Amino acid sequence: MSRSAREDILARIRRAVDGAPEVEIPRRYRVTAEADDLVGLFAERVGDYRAIVHVVPEAEVPARIAAIVGGRRMVVPDGLPAGWTPPDAPGAGPADPYTADGVVTGCAVAIAETGTIVLDTGPGQGSRAQTLVPDYHLCVVRADQIVAGVPEAVSRLDPARPLTWISGPSATSDIELNRVEGVHGPRTLEVLIATP
Amino acid sequence: MSATFLGMPGNFPKNSARAVQDSQLRYNLRKATHTIRGKRASVVGELPDWQELRAAGKAIKDETLRHLDRYLVQLEETVTAAGGHVHWARDAAEANRIVAGLVKATGEREVVKVKSMATQEIGLNEALAAEGITAYETDLAELIVQLGDDFPSHILVPAIHRNRAEIREIFLDRMDDAPPGLTDEPAALAEAARVHLRERFLRSKVAVSGANFMVAETGTLVVLESEGNGRMCLTLPETLISVVGIEKVLPTWRDLEVFLQLLPRSSTGERMNPYTSTWTGSAEGQDFHLVLLDNGRTDVLADEVGRQALRCIRCSACLNVCPVYERAGGHAYGSVYPGPIGAILTPQLRGMGSELDASLPYASSLCGACYDVCPVAIDIPEVLVDLRAKAPHGAAERAGMRVAGWVLNDQARLAAAQRAAGRLRRLVPRRLPGPLSAWTDTRDLPGIPEESFRDWWEREG
Repeated sequence: MSRSAREDILARIRRAVDGAPEVEIPRRYRVTAEADDLVGLFAERVGDYRAIVHVVPEAEVPARIAAIVGGRRMVVPDGLPAGWTPPDAPGAGPADPYTADGVVTGCAVAIAETGTIVLDTGPGQGSRAQTLVPDYHLCVVRADQIVAGVPEAVSRLDPARPLTWISGPSATSDIELNRVEGVHGPRTLEVLIATP
Repeated sequence: MSATFLGMPGNFPKNSARAVQDSQLRYNLRKATHTIRGKRASVVGELPDWQELRAAGKAIKDETLRHLDRYLVQLEETVTAAGGHVHWARDAAEANRIVAGLVKATGEREVVKVKSMATQEIGLNEALAAEGITAYETDLAELIVQLGDDFPSHILVPAIHRNRAEIREIFLDRMDDAPPGLTDEPAALAEAARVHLRERFLRSKVAVSGANFMVAETGTLVVLESEGNGRMCLTLPETLISVVGIEKVLPTWRDLEVFLQLLPRSSTGERMNPYTSTWTGSAEGQDFHLVLLDNGRTDVLADEVGRQALRCIRCSACLNVCPVYERAGGHAYGSVYPGPIGAILTPQLRGMGSELDASLPYASSLCGACYDVCPVAIDIPEVLVDLRAKAPHGAAERAGMRVAGWVLNDQARLAAAQRAAGRLRRLVPRRLPGPLSAWTDTRDLPGIPEESFRDWWEREG
């Protein structure tokens, strides 16, 4: 049954487009965007989504993470750089996402123009459930991971990996088209940009 | 359970005449559409290459449709190679049967759903209910519609016709765990939905979704959303079933660089939507099924003028700028696809056999605002005019048009008719009698000059 549906649909398509003209695709849009200050633009655009943003020299990242996390019980994904693991506060350490207070991760790519972070479940980024279920997400973005626009991000990413593009905290505009932060995903997104 | 639009009675003029009497509805719609219009204009204006992106988006879709057979076969190969299972469905009934069968095979009786136009189009929730399977909508607006036993009225914001006070009432009446002191603050309403759905997400073993895009080259599916309910459904359950229209395929991974810019800015008026998920086949060990849906799409594809409607990426920018939609609301269109895109898509997908569907090509003033904002440049007015020609016309109208054609096709006949009209012009009433009054009820009869231009030119020239 399914097999004949396949052949039916393909045959109908071939009949429908028979003799239709070929199409050229003009790609005259920007594939590399110009931006003098990628870190500054990214920080501003992430902030526009009402995420909390810090710009910190790389060497100070561990201390800043410790200060931000405080006593929260954080999920620590496999492969997170040792210095980014929150220190032993009461109850800190690897935690079950279903009971943890938050999650700390790195990322694969970040996009300045749109204020977007992309996770690809690689080292230090956790599984998709680990970055979804906890109510708080602290994400460390290295300055060299920030690209200017969407086309550069798409070309850097591996489609075989499950990707999650994150632009600010979970939000809805379903009530009178007013944006409200915090529905099912993490209600608080905090971004630490590590500069050299 | 939200009702289905199929077989809805009435026609657009009657439905819209009723809708414009509802002042609350008009207020809600006006407020919402004007808000989103402004947001869209501002983020589209930020991009110096918007028109180039739009041209690329249009051409990529046209090229895909030209070779749709090839790209679907390629997609089937790549999805299968990545551990997914591909099913083909000629129509709604076949798609519903496939999904129900897949759910039953898991032994489950409940599914969670991500907002999907395709599954609404085929009435999946109702079909599953008939098989004893309960489908839970998880998008906030879909939840409002489902709890309120209501119809969706907008592609992106299905509960756009409801204001916060009405939503609070629906939650208090129909949501068993709604907090008794619930206020109508949007944040409080969103929190109530979060709590209501949390357990369900963590418990559910099967999810049903649609997809915004499917990439033939890599077998990747893409879902854009805001709340995180999409991520919950796509990630946590052991089985994921995605029902997707065949026109949603894109040839290459690279093509996403165009559409991930066009869609968020056009739909919610944001630089980027909060969450976009992409997955290829069986991700993180999930059992993945893709149901490819025709359900009238190949008929649309066969129409040289109308096939451009298949470029649609369901952003709903055309609804938000349409003066007719703003006043009539989404329900008047009697379809899951309301507004200008619905007026060209529904009559093509369903045919113009019903009174309602035949009236849809007239649900427009042809002002063209929809074409201007369309991110894939669908010339909606062109398709509307073409569909009007194809729609059934009454015997009296056909006879009138035949007479008009006979007169206008011959110089001597036209001149004679003009002279006769000029002499009788004082006798022509301001409003026409009998069935012809349908025309003058809503329009002024044009004034007839004493002398035609041709006669004046003969005399003076």
